[in-house]
Amino acid sequence: MMGRGLTPSQTVGPFFHGGLLREGLNVLVSPETQGERIRIEGHVYDGDRAPVPDAVVEIWQANARGRYCHPADQRPIPLDPAFVGFGRSGTDEAGYFWFETVKPGRVPFPGETLQAPHICVAVFSRGLLDGLPTRLYFEGEDANHTDPVLRRLPEDRRAALLARRLPVDGKIVYRFDVVLQGDGETVFFER
Amino acid sequence: MIKATRRDRDTFPPYFYQGYRATILRSPRQPLLELPHTLSERTGPGPAVSALSSEDTDLTQNMAAGGEAIGERIIVTGQVLDERGAPVPNTLIEVWQANAAGRYRHRVDQHHAPLDPNFLGFGRCLTDADGVYRFVTLRPGAYPWENHENAWRPPHIHFSLFGASWISRLVTQMFFPGDPLLERDPIFNSVPTDAARERLIARYAHDITQPRFALGYRFDVVLKGSDATPFEEPDGSVR
Repeated sequence: MMGRGLTPSQTVGPFFHGGLLREGLNVLVSPETQGERIRIEGHVYDGDRAPVPDAVVEIWQANARGRYCHPADQRPIPLDPAFVGFGRSGTDEAGYFWFETVKPGRVPFPGETLQAPHICVAVFSRGLLDGLPTRLYFEGEDANHTDPVLRRLPEDRRAALLARRLPVDGKIVYRFDVVLQGDGETVFFER
Repeated sequence: MIKATRRDRDTFPPYFYQGYRATILRSPRQPLLELPHTLSERTGPGPAVSALSSEDTDLTQNMAAGGEAIGERIIVTGQVLDERGAPVPNTLIEVWQANAAGRYRHRVDQHHAPLDPNFLGFGRCLTDADGVYRFVTLRPGAYPWENHENAWRPPHIHFSLFGASWISRLVTQMFFPGDPLLERDPIFNSVPTDAARERLIARYAHDITQPRFALGYRFDVVLKGSDATPFEEPDGSVR
């Protein structure tokens, strides 16, 4: 193969805040955005179940109709001019992060099938020599049973990717914790 | 047993690296799972986020506090490519670094070294149509950290890149040539091979050096592309 070797990853370290975080990066919606508003919140934990206070969580998702704001997605489904689908949140002292977004529509899997609604998630932190990609799925979604990615996971690990609906009045809130190591370890994917 | 490591084992550090203490409790113990690259992975925030971003490429000036930042002025430039060697145009690069004394503008940086009132230490640039980026900054200082006795990070600049897809996202660090601290730095040495470590070291570039202004360094970055075709097994299932 022509071309050159990939550039290796390195940790974001503890001092990334000024470089990576800006006000509002974790709010993906504006008043004009179409779709069902949801809040996603969670904690990042280490192998001792201690909070990771210096992590960055990034998300990438389709809009409410299931269209990605990206040139590789040329399907005849409308883009939402008020939605890009990228978010970034730091974690606080409790390892807590949150996003305000919309529930994504379904997107295709190679072949005929559709994937269950999901959000791509990646975690970076001091002590992580490379980002860790994972996926967030929504608890209670019928489509989860036939999702071609979820179905490939060992059954006992699927639950780690399901965001749980929290009983909050007047708001749809999902909780998605990221466990970097040990019991209940989040399923992470190759890039 | 801790075994999480990326597929590109000759290039990417393992998540658990003995010499870097913070990896002990933060590295996954399960291997990363292979996921076919679906539309979710073949797309990504790079193009849209880059189109919405403005540049902020002069770290010697962007504090805008009325004075000049102190340190050895440098120009850092290079090309962002994909693994086939094609330029990655119009993509956002976020950078951050310590000041010339080795101090970050950050509340948890307790290193006893002065903050520079004229140096912020963050910037953003976009690659042009040929994948070329360029920013002006100061050579960062080395600084101590708590990883082991008398541990010092070699001067480095943090780089965050999006590239074209979710797969191409990369956070890395750029180091300087001839630095005696490199061989003692567990973060740099977590990269498994000499060839891959070399790719993290900028080259001094006299053709970039500007007379009576700043020294030039070249640092190219090669990003992963998404698989052209997902790997399907004969029974139609996907690994």
